[in-house]
Amino acid sequence: MNGKHTPLKTAAQRNKASRRWLTWRITFLTLSMALLWGTVATVLFSGCGEISDVGTQLAQEAGLISAEEAESVKRGAEALEKTWQDLTPEQEYYIGRAVAAQVFQTYKPLDQPEANEYLNLLGQSLAIFSERPETFGGYHFLLLDSDEVNAFAAPGGLILVTRGMLRCCENEDELAAVLAHEICHVEKKHGLSAIKQGRLTEAFTIIAAESAKQLGDEELASLTREFEGSVSDVVMTLTTSGYSRTQEREADTAAVALLRRAGYPDAAMVTMLQRMGERLTDAGGLGFAKTHPSAQSRVETIGAMVDKTGPAPDSDRKKRFATAMQPITSD
Amino acid sequence: MKTRLIAALLAIAAGMTVATPLSVQVRKAKVRAKPSQLGKVVATVPYGAEVQAGTLQRGWHPVTTKDGKKGWLHKSALSTKRITMRSGTTDAATGVSSDEVALAGKGFNEQVENKLKSDGKLDYTWVDRMAAFEVDADQIRAFRTQGHLPGGDE
Repeated sequence: MNGKHTPLKTAAQRNKASRRWLTWRITFLTLSMALLWGTVATVLFSGCGEISDVGTQLAQEAGLISAEEAESVKRGAEALEKTWQDLTPEQEYYIGRAVAAQVFQTYKPLDQPEANEYLNLLGQSLAIFSERPETFGGYHFLLLDSDEVNAFAAPGGLILVTRGMLRCCENEDELAAVLAHEICHVEKKHGLSAIKQGRLTEAFTIIAAESAKQLGDEELASLTREFEGSVSDVVMTLTTSGYSRTQEREADTAAVALLRRAGYPDAAMVTMLQRMGERLTDAGGLGFAKTHPSAQSRVETIGAMVDKTGPAPDSDRKKRFATAMQPITSD
Repeated sequence: MKTRLIAALLAIAAGMTVATPLSVQVRKAKVRAKPSQLGKVVATVPYGAEVQAGTLQRGWHPVTTKDGKKGWLHKSALSTKRITMRSGTTDAATGVSSDEVALAGKGFNEQVENKLKSDGKLDYTWVDRMAAFEVDADQIRAFRTQGHLPGGDE
């Protein structure tokens, strides 16, 4: 009998010891988590990374968390503090490329080499006078085969203009006004500001946690998901919801200054907006009308800034505009 | 950044000409003979390379490249962050924070773009065609002269 009881008693004791050990582990882990959450919460509410550093350092010195865990908390806190303004020009470039690629799923590019060449000459000769003439991949322009009155500025400098928008421009000066407005959206990084903060925090956390340049499969999948979400945020703003009125006003005001620096009469901005207003009324609220303040309100905003008594459009500029664009707009 | 700021302040205190190391944050920066995007190109500096930059003047820094060439770069081509082309582990070991260093090619990058391409989610054909539209300074100068735009060489 004893021979049979002894092993049972030992097993019970082992179970008891095991439970006690488990209780200790749970208590220890709970305390550690509480301290960690306390640190993270401090950062959340104070926004101060230095406090996080002190908290994690104390926790590490007390032996509650490992050096690796402390570093992880620090990286997480740093990621929480980052915004769209922390995206590098290189990251902006890749977002802009994907935004353009996504816009092409809805708007077909216009394969007219001469017209696109002229558009790039005009656009790039304006962009050099921008407050931000250098982006990671430079400014590039393309026409879209759509009758909708619209233009899009993808982050990093990829600018798209519809055939319908071209029809609102009577001469080169007015097309310069359209392009100047879009260049100024790029200059002010308005596209990037449309990305939801939650996506950026996720992305920055993944980026901070991965020390190697090449991402592992899991990290790459997560980062790609956040990237796609970020691109969708920008495309949704460009095509559907539009920028804020403040951002549009900023782009218009900066565009007037840009036109002047580049030598174009700033009154072209007003005449272009007036013609666009007429066309948008006819179009019944599509394209630009959906995503921009009314042309009339934009004219009122910049009206006082421009010189309405400026010179008539230059005849050579009118001629080259007509040569390049008439085949497109008269279709 | 703090280290660079302290170095710049010390240089001012010592009455020296201030030259701050700045990193090129665009794919290829063209160093110009004068502070103008239409100025003659005297050197090209790749992404991540450091230049010694003087005091900002109307948006332009006078710079000296690593191989001693002097010219001008627009401030939008430069970053105060050091851009490293390697893994960040060395920098982490030396205690340099991410506010001071950016790792080139990290984050939303070519690897992410390639994944979208391989998953068949986005077609970049026209994006690449569009990016191939290059216009050089001579073409812009001629375009501006033909269009009677004032200040064609500014």
